[in-house]
Amino acid sequence: MDLVQLQRQFVDYKTSLYHEGFLDEQFTQLQELQDENNPDFVVEVVSLFFEDSERLLNELARALEQQNIDYKRIDAHVHQLKGSSSSIGAQRVQKVCIAFRNYCEEQNVEGCLKCLQQVRHEYSLVKTKLESLFQVRLPCRREIFFLSKKVLP
Amino acid sequence: MLSCGGGSGGCSKEMAVELGDEPHVLAVDDNLIDRKLVERLLKNSSCKVTTAENALRALDYLGLGNDTLEGTVSEVNMIITDYCMPGMTGYELLKKIKESSVLKEVPVVIMSSENIPTRISQCLEEGAKMFMLKPLKQSDVKQLKWHLMKCRN
Repeated sequence: MDLVQLQRQFVDYKTSLYHEGFLDEQFTQLQELQDENNPDFVVEVVSLFFEDSERLLNELARALEQQNIDYKRIDAHVHQLKGSSSSIGAQRVQKVCIAFRNYCEEQNVEGCLKCLQQVRHEYSLVKTKLESLFQVRLPCRREIFFLSKKVLP
Repeated sequence: MLSCGGGSGGCSKEMAVELGDEPHVLAVDDNLIDRKLVERLLKNSSCKVTTAENALRALDYLGLGNDTLEGTVSEVNMIITDYCMPGMTGYELLKKIKESSVLKEVPVVIMSSENIPTRISQCLEEGAKMFMLKPLKQSDVKQLKWHLMKCRN
């Protein structure tokens, strides 16, 4: 498979992620911030997102196991997760966070537990998709940069 | 989305910097991903960037904190801060800056993921130069820099 075909495959996969709502406009913004001087920007930000989200998900699970649930604390964590997912364009994760915050406000433990499960699910989906996306990329970024200018609109 | 403050709050001669100098921006945000993003956005607009993870650290950096060391105060041309932060909020930070005789002329921009009109007007009334909705885009930061440069000339 040549460079052009691989590049096309990358673009097609990425497009499907947008169509399925996994990624939104904000992810495009991230890519536009990447250039020859900062060739790893997207991977760096997404990696930070993975680390941070995993930490938050663990905190959330722990907080919901407590006898006396601290909804303020849970809300603070969900707010963080909502913020980060919004900043990288992980739309489906962000949407669950919105519902999660509503349950926090209602102090509804069942609702919160359901949302935690959902957000874990959406997070693991987008993580897998993003990891696949980065694998499809070719190692030589300079060639992709020049190629995309010539071959693709 | 950008909301701008009124024409008051002129720029003193001390703030005027020669053409070609990079403005130094202090970015305050408790979210790691958002800090990385705002840093990249500002650097792409040719700004020097210092980040702080909360309002207290920001105050220390600005020379208004309890832990400020002698001779470490740096000059900053603009402060951009998140609204929702644990401990001291961005709004409270804004007030502290405006209360300072040394720093009150420094433009302060507030960012928030929540579009709450009363919050926006509260910040603008307290002297914020602008209120920006997260996630930030390159176009938002370009406009921000334009306002900043206009203020200096």
